[in-house]
Amino acid sequence: MSATSSVAAGRLLFKRDLRLALRRWDQVADPLVFFLMVTTLFPLALSPELSRLRDVAPGVLWVAALLSSLLAADSLLKSDAQDGTLEQYVLSAQPLTLLLLAKTAAHWILSGLPLVLISPLVAAALGVPVDALGVVMMSLVLGTLTLSLMGAIGAALTIGLRRGSLLLALLVLPLAMPLLIFGARAVELAIAGEPAAGPLYLLAALLVLTLTLAPLTAAAAVRISID
Amino acid sequence: MWKWFHKLASPPHFYRVAGVLVAWFAWPAFLLIVAGLYGGLVLAPPDYQQGDAFRIIYVHAPSAWMSLMVYVLMALSAAIGLIWRIKISHAVAASCAPIGASFTFAALATGALWGQPMWGTWWVWDARLTSELILLFLYLGYIALRSAIDDPQRADRASAVLAIVGVINVPIIHYSVVWWNTLHQAPSVTKMAAPSISMSMLVPLLMMILGFTLFFVALLLTRVRGEVLRRERSAGWIREVIAA
Repeated sequence: MSATSSVAAGRLLFKRDLRLALRRWDQVADPLVFFLMVTTLFPLALSPELSRLRDVAPGVLWVAALLSSLLAADSLLKSDAQDGTLEQYVLSAQPLTLLLLAKTAAHWILSGLPLVLISPLVAAALGVPVDALGVVMMSLVLGTLTLSLMGAIGAALTIGLRRGSLLLALLVLPLAMPLLIFGARAVELAIAGEPAAGPLYLLAALLVLTLTLAPLTAAAAVRISID
Repeated sequence: MWKWFHKLASPPHFYRVAGVLVAWFAWPAFLLIVAGLYGGLVLAPPDYQQGDAFRIIYVHAPSAWMSLMVYVLMALSAAIGLIWRIKISHAVAASCAPIGASFTFAALATGALWGQPMWGTWWVWDARLTSELILLFLYLGYIALRSAIDDPQRADRASAVLAIVGVINVPIIHYSVVWWNTLHQAPSVTKMAAPSISMSMLVPLLMMILGFTLFFVALLLTRVRGEVLRRERSAGWIREVIAA
């Protein structure tokens, strides 16, 4: 197999996943609705005052994004594993790492990107000043990409297990804690009107590390789980 | 040397050797822990700032040290099992997890007991405490994944992948928590000044650390023997062992 055909296969898989998802909107919308609901819970539980909400806004946004991403990660490989498509990927001559990377990219477009796009709305509702919205989106772009890649490992390890979705959260949450720390810190700095480049760079570094290692690990995990 | 080492990978041979070795680790561990406890709890003078409360360090520090070491050992043996497909390595990794989780829990519990008289609170979101807590979560995730998979081979290999991913993340988690902590709050709680510890306090501590390590090895060997029995229950040599 030449390199171009592998890339072409990845591109085809990417398009296929997008098309499949666009024909079944409900699945795409679930994590987004979850994100909106969780962020709505906090003003109800804490206080409707914007000045107080602004203090907790970084944490609220990031915890909600984290949980929503984990919820979405469960569906990353599920349908392909159920109908046997995943086995065909493993058997195919194309590199599994590349195929999984394409799947994860499509998955991020469907779960991470909508979350990033809607985050300014939610952030503004939590009292985050307009100047800080750019940093909110930037931190979430970097963070949700990393989460999708980590989620791919978790999803690959828990293929076909009975309590898979809960287990996935249990496995990935401890690994995702650095993301939460840096992401919330970036938003906090931006709200205070200070430069947030430091934590954003750290988020980007984590993304690069995960982007390099996670697809390989996920491919190894899929091979183990499918057998 | 190598040949002897290779032979250990065979379950029956390992079972026999481990059975002999347990006593060789358990007795020194017992003696060291008894001597270390006597030295630490009775002979060592009370700390001039903390009084007698500092003595919990003789259990706390060895537990904290073991919690990290066991995780690294678990990931290493899991990697060896994954790469060279050595069954006994997977059994070692599987046996490490509950022991390591227990040490982590012991470190957290003794830390909380020490924190109450010293800091006036059971729990502080201190960097070391928090990363120790996340380490406990990593252990629990590993145990949960292993127990969720019915097929033993898949359980071995999938949890090995998780252990390796976890061990790469441990330093990242630790440093991110350290930065988070220093960014958020001033270091209101300073750790004990380690270098200025007196010999009468240090010697029992070192004895305890060595004793805990030997105790862990004895415990691990016992657990791995049990694990081998469970995994090889349909093998012929088990019948010979039981008959003998």
